[in-house]
Amino acid sequence: MTAPGIATVALVGNPNCGKTVLFNALTGGRQKVANYAGVTVERKEGLASLPSGRRLRILDLPGTYSLRARSPDEAITRDAVLGRLAGEPAPDVILCVADATNLGLVLRLALELKSTGLPMVFVLNMIDIAERQGIVIDVEALSRELGAPVTATVATRKRGLEALLELAAAQADRRAAAPPSGWREPTASEVRAAHRQARDLMRTAVRPPSRPDTLTGRLDSLLLHPVGGVAVLLGLLFLMFQAVFTWAAPAQDLIEAGFAALGVGAEAILPDGWMTGLVVDGLIAGVGSVLVFLPQILILFLFILLLEDSGYMARAAFLMDRIMGGAGLHGRAFIPLLSSFACAVPGIMSTRVIDSRRDRLTTILTAPLMTCSARIPVYTLIIGALIPNRTVGGVLSLQGLVMFSLYAAGILSALGVAFLIRKVFWRGGSEPFMMQLPDYKRPEPGNVLRNLGQKAWAFISRAGRIILPLMVLVWALSSWPAPPEGAEGPAIAYSAAGRLGHWLQPIFAPIGFSWEMVVALIPGMAAREVAVAALGAIYAVGGEEGALAGILARQWSLASGLAFLAWYVFAPQCIATLAVVRRETGGWLWPTVMFGYMLGLAYAAAFLVFQASRALGLS
Amino acid sequence: MSDHSAAKAPGPVYRLGDAHPGDRGVILEVRTSATGSSEAVDPAELELRLLEFGFVEGARVEVLHEGPLGGNPIAVKVDGMRVALRRGEAMNVILTPEAA
Repeated sequence: MTAPGIATVALVGNPNCGKTVLFNALTGGRQKVANYAGVTVERKEGLASLPSGRRLRILDLPGTYSLRARSPDEAITRDAVLGRLAGEPAPDVILCVADATNLGLVLRLALELKSTGLPMVFVLNMIDIAERQGIVIDVEALSRELGAPVTATVATRKRGLEALLELAAAQADRRAAAPPSGWREPTASEVRAAHRQARDLMRTAVRPPSRPDTLTGRLDSLLLHPVGGVAVLLGLLFLMFQAVFTWAAPAQDLIEAGFAALGVGAEAILPDGWMTGLVVDGLIAGVGSVLVFLPQILILFLFILLLEDSGYMARAAFLMDRIMGGAGLHGRAFIPLLSSFACAVPGIMSTRVIDSRRDRLTTILTAPLMTCSARIPVYTLIIGALIPNRTVGGVLSLQGLVMFSLYAAGILSALGVAFLIRKVFWRGGSEPFMMQLPDYKRPEPGNVLRNLGQKAWAFISRAGRIILPLMVLVWALSSWPAPPEGAEGPAIAYSAAGRLGHWLQPIFAPIGFSWEMVVALIPGMAAREVAVAALGAIYAVGGEEGALAGILARQWSLASGLAFLAWYVFAPQCIATLAVVRRETGGWLWPTVMFGYMLGLAYAAAFLVFQASRALGLS
Repeated sequence: MSDHSAAKAPGPVYRLGDAHPGDRGVILEVRTSATGSSEAVDPAELELRLLEFGFVEGARVEVLHEGPLGGNPIAVKVDGMRVALRRGEAMNVILTPEAA
C-alpha cells in the first residue's frame, strides 16, 4: 500500500486544535478520504510535497486527549500511532499539533506520544492568535525539554508549512528500523506526574497571555446564559428550519422545472413505446423527485457545519444536556440528532464522538425518528393534497400546523424511545459528560465549502446508485405484465406491482391503506422520498390525469391520508440508514432491532390515527 | 452578575460540584471514591478522565456558568481551558479558595 521511499507522517492532537485545517493546507486537493476497515471512522490521507521534490504521506487522525482511547474515534488514533491496524504500519513521524493558545493538555499528550519511541515534531498551530494575545513561547526551551523539534504554523494562512515539512522529513530519516513501542496505559499517578512535567514545561517555556482573549468569555455570558442562551439556541434552530423551507424554494423550483423540461425534451426525441416510459416516467422523473431536495439538505448542512466550525455546537450540547439527560440521552447526542434532521446517515456516523457504547446505541436507535429531509416530500405532498389551506385562529396555517405536529411527534417519540431504552432496558448510572468548550473562531470558508461539497456529492451519488435503479424497478413492476386484451380497469392493476399491492392490502386494511399506497410503501422502504415518485408512477401508469396532489385529493380519504402521515413519522427507515447502522454497530442485530421497532411503531401509529379519525367522522 | 456565593459562602475546602458561577479555587485533590460520582464508569476510570481533562491537583479552577435546568451541567475554566461537566462528576474535585 505504501509506496517505498515515501515516509508517513501522522497528525495527532487534541480536538479543536486546527488539525484538519493544517491537513488540508499541507495536502491541498490531493486527499483520499475512505473508512478504516470495519468502522466508519474516516481515514484521511494525502500527499505533501517539499521544495526539493520529496513527498510525504500525511495521515489525519481523530483528535484525542490521550492514547488511552475511550471512543471508537480515539481507538483509531491509538492503534494507528502504535501500528496496530491491519495493513497499516506505524507512521514514521508523529506531528503533534497544538493550539498555541492552549498548551496545557497537549503538552501532556506530547509526553505520552514521546513514550512510543516514534520521532516527533511539535507544531504550534494558530501561532498568530497566540501572538495577538501576547503569549510568548520560547521555542528553543520547549524543544529542549520535549526532546523534539518545535515549529510554528498558521494553517489557515498556510504559514510555516515548508519549515514544518522539512523538519518532518528530517525526523523521518532519523527513524530507527523497528520503533521501540514503550507505550502502555498510564496509571493515575503517571498521568499526575505527566501533568506536573507539562506544568513545569509551561513555566519554563511559555509566558501567559498579556492580552487574553475576552471574546469567548463575553460571548459565553450570553450564549451560555440560562435564559438568554436557550433563547438564542431556539432562535438558531428556528432560523435553520425557516431557511430550509423558504431559502431552498427557488432552487428547488429551478431543479423541478429543469427535470420537467428534460422529460419533455426526451419525449420529443425518443420514439413512442416503453423506452419513452422508462426514460421519462422512470429515470428522469425518479431522479428529479429526489435531487429536488438537494438545496434543503445543503442549507441544513451549511448551518450545522457553521455551528460546528465556530465552536457553538459544544455550547448547544451544554444547554441541552439536562433536557436530553431527562430522556436518558447524553448531551453529546444533540449534535447527531440535529444532523439527523437532514439525514440520519451522517447523524448516525457522528455518534462516534459519544464514548459509551450504550449511550451511543441509544442515540443511533433514536436518530431515524428525527424528521429527515427525505420525509419532507411525503409530508408536503399529502398535506397539500388533503389538509385544507385554512388558517386557525386567524394567524396559523392549518397545513403548517400539521407539518409542525409531525416534526414534534418525531422528536417526542425519539425522547420516549430513548427514555424506554435507558430507563427500562438498560438501567444504570449515566455516563460522565465532560467536554471542552473551544474558543469561538470565525469558520474557515474553505473548510466549510470542502465539507459541504463532500455532503452534496454523497447525496447525488446516492441518488444515482440507490434511487435510480429502484425507480426503474418500480416503473417496470408497475408496467408489466400488460393487461390482457379487452381488460377493464387501469392497466396497473394487472401488473406485478398491482398484484403485490392487492395481495398485501389485507394486512394494511386496518390502518386504512389502499393497494396503491401499499405499493408505494415498498420502494419507500429503500429510500423514503421514493414513495412520492412511486405514487406518481402508479397513478400515472394507472391512467390518472393531472397533478399528483389532485389525484390524491380525489382518491384518498382524509383518515387514510392522516394514517399515511403517521406511518411516515416512524416509517421503517431507508436501506442506507440500516446499512450504516450495521457498519457502525458491527452486525445485523441492531439494524434488525431498529427495523422491527420502527415498523411496529409505524403500524401502531397509523392504526390509531386511522381508527380515531374514522371514529371522529373524518372521511 | 451572579452573587450566589453570598448565600452559601464556600468553606475553606469545598467540592467543585457545590460551587457557583464566580467561585474560584485551586484543586486540592481529585478523589473519585466520593459520593455523587457517576455510576456508569468505575471510580478509577472517572479519575483518569478527570485528570486527562486537566482536573489535577494544583490546577486553578473558576466556575463560569451553569446549565439552564437545576444549574447542571457547569462550565468551568481549568488552567485556561474551558470545560463543561456535570455536577455529579465535579463532586470528585475538591477545591480550596485561591489565596488572594
